[in-house]
Amino acid sequence: MKKFSRLLAAAALIAVALSSQAARAAAESETTASSPPGSGIPANLPIEHAVLTQAPNVPPPITRKTPAHVIVTIEVKEVTRRLADNVDYWFWTFGGDVPGNFIRVREGDYIEFHLNNHPSSKLPHNIDLHAVTGPGGGATSSFTAPGHGSQFSFQAINPGLFLYHCATAPVPMHVANGMYGLILVEPKDGMPHVDREYYVMQSEVYTTGRYGETGLQGFDQTKAVDENPPYVIFNGSVGALTGDKTLSAKVGETVRLYLGNAGPNLVSSFHLIGEIFDNVYVEGGTSAVQHNVQTTLIPAGGTSVVDFHLDVPGTYILADHSLFRAFNKGALGMLKVTGPENHGIYSGKEVDAVYLGAAAPEATAAGRREATLQAQIDAEMKSNPKIAGLTKEAQISRGKQIFMSSCFACHQPDGMGLPGVFPPLAKSDFLMANRERAIRVLWKGLSGPVTVNGKEYNSSMPPQELTEQQAADVLTFVTNSFGNSAEPFTVDEIRKVHQDTSPH
Amino acid sequence: MYSKRHYIAGLFFVCGLALATAMQSRAQGDRPKPDFVEVPAGTYWPLLKNTNEPSEVAVEPFRLQAAPVTNAQFLEFVRTHPKWRRSKVTRLFADNNYLQHWKDDLELGPKAPPNAPVVNVSWFAARAYAAAQHARLPTIAEWERAAQPGFTEVDGRRDVVWTRAVEAWLAVPTPEIEPNVKQTRANFLGLYDLNLLVWEWVEDFNTSMVTGDSRGDSTLDRNLFCGAGAAGARDPSDYAAFLRGAMRSSLRADYCLPNLGFRCADSL
Repeated sequence: MKKFSRLLAAAALIAVALSSQAARAAAESETTASSPPGSGIPANLPIEHAVLTQAPNVPPPITRKTPAHVIVTIEVKEVTRRLADNVDYWFWTFGGDVPGNFIRVREGDYIEFHLNNHPSSKLPHNIDLHAVTGPGGGATSSFTAPGHGSQFSFQAINPGLFLYHCATAPVPMHVANGMYGLILVEPKDGMPHVDREYYVMQSEVYTTGRYGETGLQGFDQTKAVDENPPYVIFNGSVGALTGDKTLSAKVGETVRLYLGNAGPNLVSSFHLIGEIFDNVYVEGGTSAVQHNVQTTLIPAGGTSVVDFHLDVPGTYILADHSLFRAFNKGALGMLKVTGPENHGIYSGKEVDAVYLGAAAPEATAAGRREATLQAQIDAEMKSNPKIAGLTKEAQISRGKQIFMSSCFACHQPDGMGLPGVFPPLAKSDFLMANRERAIRVLWKGLSGPVTVNGKEYNSSMPPQELTEQQAADVLTFVTNSFGNSAEPFTVDEIRKVHQDTSPH
Repeated sequence: MYSKRHYIAGLFFVCGLALATAMQSRAQGDRPKPDFVEVPAGTYWPLLKNTNEPSEVAVEPFRLQAAPVTNAQFLEFVRTHPKWRRSKVTRLFADNNYLQHWKDDLELGPKAPPNAPVVNVSWFAARAYAAAQHARLPTIAEWERAAQPGFTEVDGRRDVVWTRAVEAWLAVPTPEIEPNVKQTRANFLGLYDLNLLVWEWVEDFNTSMVTGDSRGDSTLDRNLFCGAGAAGARDPSDYAAFLRGAMRSSLRADYCLPNLGFRCADSL
């Protein structure tokens, strides 16, 4: 009897499985008969393939004055990709890049969307475009197993700048791992003319290791739930908009930024140091409802469009003005503007006079003690020159990477600092005079007046979140760059000071 | 597309197969199979709670294959069951990727090491293999029950080493050539490769997502999209469980995926 009932159960299961298959096939064949793929799109429209670009580039403005049938094809791929120097992460991507490709269509266009999931993918994926009017924003129609492709179509009935992202469970993890991008639905009459357009997208990465920990990093669910990301970045990596990837423009030009914030958790207080946004299309809508804005809020899962006229040359810093994200977690970028100076608008430094505040630290008891310790350390270094077993050149090279992600925004790429605000490192007597002090400042931060090259600075440097090796590397770099020269810093040397100043 | 006639033919075929298998298994009795491990009774907590669904499911003790079925084992099966060879298989029961990593019908080739888990097999093919071994596929409840322990703990969530291993596997894309089975540590029950090597077919994969109630007809809910996927989730922090749920619900019974294999189960 038991066997028989088991047989019955087996037959029932098979029948259920098959009937659901049959129902699906029947439904499919009906769909096929009455509405083949793309049948919702008027047949008389011109067909074109969307120009897709990788950040920070934006496809050219659309000059068409009538709707088109636009084909968009995006491949989902899971790839190892650089997150920061010497740090990699397994990103899940739309189109192999983070953020995903920028899509530009026109209000009223019909979009035939193809989502292909690469056979090497571990997981199924889909796409939710906030520009889609319909359940799931396309997610219900694009759920795609590895090695399969899906197709759906929609009409872009609302203009604006929209985010898209993967919406497969668990959604926050898919977003945190890199599955997002922007789609611009241009209003029928187009966007006002500007000289340059760029695509910048903020997001967080929840790595298992702390900021800067080298090697391949995994996803950390606890940090994600706690909303405590080691990385807050622009365009998918630390340094995606600095160094040779700095954005560029010329004096006299108007620049527009298409900004997105993928989150998955944080809201961005987007700021461009040294510029004021002439127009802000708040939350990515179609009206420039605000003018003369310093910092604009970009919601997680939202966008903003800003434009500004450039009057003065120089380097402008893109930042999340939640500042520890900018200075300690990577949310920094640069816009380099070239052209003639305009001293009426910005004079540059005009007066630099001595101002005597507190006594110089060199004269204090602590300063003398530092000098004694320094002598001991120097002796140790001389007797054991290969302490860390690292060449000075390698340390300088690694240190430069740290400098360009953590230090340059204040001390400037040329180490000259900003007069009266941030002291120089280049030929800095303060830096070069005392190795232990340099380590301590890096490790513990420094607030209050200091005298550097005879000039008084009274500001604040936060403690830097670095490993002992990173501290040694960046100090070796700054004391051997910008005209400076010194013995390399060793991990042991750092550790001595670290232990000495550590509260534990 | 598939005609209804094909389906009816398929229905008869599979029902016939099941009947024959069941009769055979009755004749052979429940003799223990080598390389099967007994999984004690336990509890499975479905991923999503729903007023129409029990919040926990009791799992009877059963036997589960210690490791996924290998290419070599599946080759033996298609040798004796010609209709499951790559060139002979009915398209209704396996899509174009069926055994596509094999060199030929009866030759594994360099992309299919003999001791690597067989992948690119459909649910139909996996069931046919299981039936030929006088076994069956595990249910979701059974599979999840068997996959609960860690390496050293009855409850894997308390085994940090195991949790990290699972998360590490989830983080990397599928290799072009799958590694061999049993290369990782066995779990507390002596089962290998659960959550560490390939996805695995289960008998009732297409019931993975809760349906019914007011959300019954909504694909949105069934497929765990966006917020709908988190409403009613038992433990939203267990992202590995979500990934398995999403994976299962993306499948259709004829799909053959490069990272999807199976292992057999047997009732006690």
